[in-house]
Amino acid sequence: MLATAIIVFREVLEAALVIGIVVAATKGIAGRSRWVSLGLVAGVLAASLVAAFAGTISDMVEGMGQEVFDAGVLFAAVVMLGWHNVWMGRHGREIAAQMSSVGADVQAGRRPLYALSIVVGLAVLREGSEVVLFVYGIAAAGQSGAGEMVAGGVLGLAAGVLAGLVTYFGLVRIPIRRLFTVTSWLILLLAAGMAAQGAGFLMQAGFLPSVGGTLWNTSQILSETSIVGRVLHTLVGYIAEPDGLQVIFYAVTVAVIFGLMRLTRPSPRLASTRASRTVEA
Amino acid sequence: MPSIRLRLGRPLFGAALAFSAGLLITGLPHPVAAAGDSYDLAIKDHKFVPDVLEVPAGRKVKLVVKNQDATPEEFDSDQLHREKVITGGKEGVIYIGPLDPGTYEFIGEYHAATAKGRIIAK
Repeated sequence: MLATAIIVFREVLEAALVIGIVVAATKGIAGRSRWVSLGLVAGVLAASLVAAFAGTISDMVEGMGQEVFDAGVLFAAVVMLGWHNVWMGRHGREIAAQMSSVGADVQAGRRPLYALSIVVGLAVLREGSEVVLFVYGIAAAGQSGAGEMVAGGVLGLAAGVLAGLVTYFGLVRIPIRRLFTVTSWLILLLAAGMAAQGAGFLMQAGFLPSVGGTLWNTSQILSETSIVGRVLHTLVGYIAEPDGLQVIFYAVTVAVIFGLMRLTRPSPRLASTRASRTVEA
Repeated sequence: MPSIRLRLGRPLFGAALAFSAGLLITGLPHPVAAAGDSYDLAIKDHKFVPDVLEVPAGRKVKLVVKNQDATPEEFDSDQLHREKVITGGKEGVIYIGPLDPGTYEFIGEYHAATAKGRIIAK
């Protein structure tokens, strides 16, 4: 039972952390629960589909379908997270100003909530399909103690969801003016970590070459298999033994998203006039 | 005012999409060094056969993992940064390396209690 719980927890944890951050990043925005739920439901359905067709997907692209699929999912999430950050860089100030003065939900219809909805869906899809395959494997093997397995799965799921809730409630304690700055940084690092992971899949498939081999090894200090290592792997893309190519992908992602945020950010004076005007309206 | 914001948003979004599409497309059609050393690894009764595999260090190596069980298994190695699900009765190819000399552990994540192995790069 414990083994099942740990595996399910490992998979759920990553998705839960991503969702916790994303939901905190959309605090106070009207309609966010609808978008997040939509992402969740779509993610679960897609995860089951992917698990059902795992064999078929694997056989595509000359046997490298799984890697290409995983990399595609990760890069799509990177783009959506980056897009969210660029948008927030331009409008976060107004939203924070509105929220602290009005103290209620704001209508931000042009807010690209769909981007974060997609991120939620993709996070659930990637981790969820592995859970489904794992549970299917145990069920198909007809090992004794199906009840124990279900109990373990539920326990792992609950622990993962708890981690997501802790993330969320920890973040929303931050005052609203700082919150969006913090979530923007978290999302920037989240996206960079995903890009590095995606590069890893393309290397595994043999589509991209290793650049300089393993650059450093910190597994003695912090193993990626430990819970802390796992959490940091998801949050900031910690890799104990990264390949040079992964470091490049990480750095380029940070530079591109950060650059776009800087380029598109309105000047402080303009932003504050705009914010006060919106509040008056 | 709102229309300006919208018009500014679209090209940015497009640029972001193009960026990621570019990343994927440039990666896709050219498997790098398809030739090279190939090593077979089987999964049987939720164990790896052989459970210790010697490969040359400093070279890219092709690993062919054949799952002879009926259930899916995930080849998983944090040290090698490789994870791949191989469904029952199928085989999967995983490229590893070039590796520094040393020992690299891997597991079958779905049956971690029994499915354990090591790759030794020399």
